[in-house]
Amino acid sequence: MASNVEFKIPALRPYPEIPALQPDAMQSKGPFVAKPVMQTPLGFPGELVENWQEKAIEKMGELLKKYRSLQVYLDSCVKCGACTDKCHYFIGTQDPKNMPVARQDLLRQVYRRYMTLSGKVVPKWVGAKDLTREVLDDWYNYYHQCSQCRRCSVFCPYGIDTAEISMAAREIMDCIGLGQKYCNEIIGKVYKIGNNLGLPEPALADTLNGLEEDVKLDTGVDVKFPLDQEGVEVLLVTPSADFFAEPHIDGLIGYAKVFHQAGISWTLSSYASEAGNFGMFIGSYDNMRRISQRIRKAALDLKVKRIVFGECGHAWRVAYSFLNTLAGPFDFLDPKYPVPQHICEFTYDLIQRKALRLDKTANDQRRVTFHDSCNVARASRMGTIPGGQFIIPRAVIKASCNHYYDMPADTIHDQTFCCGGGGGLLTDDLIELRIKGALPRMEALKYVIDHHGVTHMAAICAICKSQFTKVLPYYGFEMDKIVSVHQLVSNAIVL
Amino acid sequence: MGFLTSFFAVWFYIATLILIGGVAYKIYTYATTPSPLKIPTMPAPLNSTGVALRLGTEVGLFASLFRSNKWIWLFGIIFHVALLLVILRHIRYFIDPVWTWVVLIQPFGKYAGFAMVVGLLGLLARRIIVERIRYISQPSDYLILILLLIIGASGLMTTFLAHTDVVQFKAFTLGLLTFNWQPLPIDRTLLVHLTAVNLLMMIFPFSKLIHAIGIFFSPTRNQVDNSREKRHLAPWAKAQFESTHPSPSPQTTN
Ligand code: SF4
Ligand code: SF4
Repeated sequence: MASNVEFKIPALRPYPEIPALQPDAMQSKGPFVAKPVMQTPLGFPGELVENWQEKAIEKMGELLKKYRSLQVYLDSCVKCGACTDKCHYFIGTQDPKNMPVARQDLLRQVYRRYMTLSGKVVPKWVGAKDLTREVLDDWYNYYHQCSQCRRCSVFCPYGIDTAEISMAAREIMDCIGLGQKYCNEIIGKVYKIGNNLGLPEPALADTLNGLEEDVKLDTGVDVKFPLDQEGVEVLLVTPSADFFAEPHIDGLIGYAKVFHQAGISWTLSSYASEAGNFGMFIGSYDNMRRISQRIRKAALDLKVKRIVFGECGHAWRVAYSFLNTLAGPFDFLDPKYPVPQHICEFTYDLIQRKALRLDKTANDQRRVTFHDSCNVARASRMGTIPGGQFIIPRAVIKASCNHYYDMPADTIHDQTFCCGGGGGLLTDDLIELRIKGALPRMEALKYVIDHHGVTHMAAICAICKSQFTKVLPYYGFEMDKIVSVHQLVSNAIVL
Repeated sequence: MGFLTSFFAVWFYIATLILIGGVAYKIYTYATTPSPLKIPTMPAPLNSTGVALRLGTEVGLFASLFRSNKWIWLFGIIFHVALLLVILRHIRYFIDPVWTWVVLIQPFGKYAGFAMVVGLLGLLARRIIVERIRYISQPSDYLILILLLIIGASGLMTTFLAHTDVVQFKAFTLGLLTFNWQPLPIDRTLLVHLTAVNLLMMIFPFSKLIHAIGIFFSPTRNQVDNSREKRHLAPWAKAQFESTHPSPSPQTTN
């Protein structure tokens, strides 16, 4: 564990301050590169193409015409520096290229060189650079040190969103044959098997049967975990981690109990057995769309009336913000409900209608805080009012627990810090980055532990939960400090 | 007509054309480039009134910057508000008789020049002193600040130190507008001022100064949060994916 790593785990600082720069602290070859077999199913060249420079510039030009965000953001940065201390990866690694503006500049320098007058005439003055192999290496390395969490975009006076730039950069790299193994391999699994974990239908059915038995043993009640059941009310799409590991699986049990008590019929789909959409991480509209279409097909095939998403951060961004655009219109579903709904919205509605019996004292041994997942907080909504994404999960927690405490104000809501593993970085080959990037969240957690005796941190994202399970011990916390929000509901619910 | 008068007159026309043409071109580019996905930074407004308010607080008060960094905000807002006053004050050189409100802001506009220089010096100092900002700064970032400082300082000098013949200068500027050139008062400070202003106009559309336009087109700030209610299909996405049948069958997996 914490002892056998060859880099320094950052110390938790009593008063977080802006760190000094350590140039090239995170200079490396970057995460593992995708093999040709992982590239081709996604429609990308197997390996770095011969004329990659030319192709990359061409792709950049194409994206500039397709995405206003990219065009406006590459032009508009005034280098004011307001974003420089806002990225958790900069705070944790001190590498200046992890300052959001510097990360953008890696692409901007090439944009300027090839697409702007000043960059063509006086490149040195405006920091324009030729697209050399070194620059490409920097792209690969540092665009895989961005979790696309959008914290920088909150603080930029023009809303410049480095996530947009990272996505574009990854798309360009994919299109010249330089893909990231972790993301592209997973997308391949979704196409082939149906989910990120590569869990085939029989295994999934087995798991769900096992869960039914467990819950029966535990509570004496027949709570169902239906799979591929036609004609039910709700299709639940949840991250495949929910079928697999703690604390995710406890969340899944929570959803099932909520459905059970509400008396609303539901099903999972073995065809769309994954909520996550890694197409977003690689900035590929095509792949993101293709993955989204599975959910449409599953909803049609199973003849459901509603779609509900389980606890997953980036998945909820794609679901809330993009699904309707990519796979809509969903006019075949019940128009009484938003498409899709978040499981927290679903549970919250039931709580409001007093349709759930919750005994808060069941969680009395816990003192809970909530980690706002970056993409839920800054790229989506829940409920009907702006900021509902902050209110609703907390309301669900508070309806299930007596002891709830927020972390410091500048680390929650839309100022929340990413867990350090989002955006396609939740892979062991990036473990140093993941540990260092978790620093600001760990400091905020330490604060509520010290001041309020907090024992658990709840989250609504599969990536956050996996990431924290892994990195908490490096900072001296127990790994089971991280819990699912619906795990708390599961404990409190009186069946 | 002296050489300098003709030179500056012609240069002023060229710089103005470049400014207007360049900005128009940029606006055209931004306006015609689609945003294929909803990406407002949340929480975001639910309707266009809300968006107008959001953009208003960004443009008028630098709301995000205020949350972000109080020093940059302070120097930034001092500079921009002062610049606005100064520009408004300069309207007096291009109309006759001068509108009343322009007369009324004249005293503020005059002293705003000092505030402008203070703001710029603050920004420049931060660029030099703060390690992180120094790291991200290119020569052009310094040069633009210096150019603005030259404009501010030379402008202040013509007003407060080496008084320029304002009456003659106004004859020159009005002459530019009516294409009836009048002699430019030959005054070194004034020529420096005009040179710097012309340069600024010329680089405006091609440099980061275009942020003044960019902010209005920033999808994270100008989009309405309504993605569950409305589809948001870009023309290219429609053409690529939905041209034949409106809701295409999904790709198969095995
Ligand atoms: S999106 Fe998040 S991870 Fe990426 S640069 Fe901005 S703050 Fe850092
Ligand atoms: S805050 Fe925005 S404008 Fe300022 S340096 Fe960062 S990206 Fe550029």
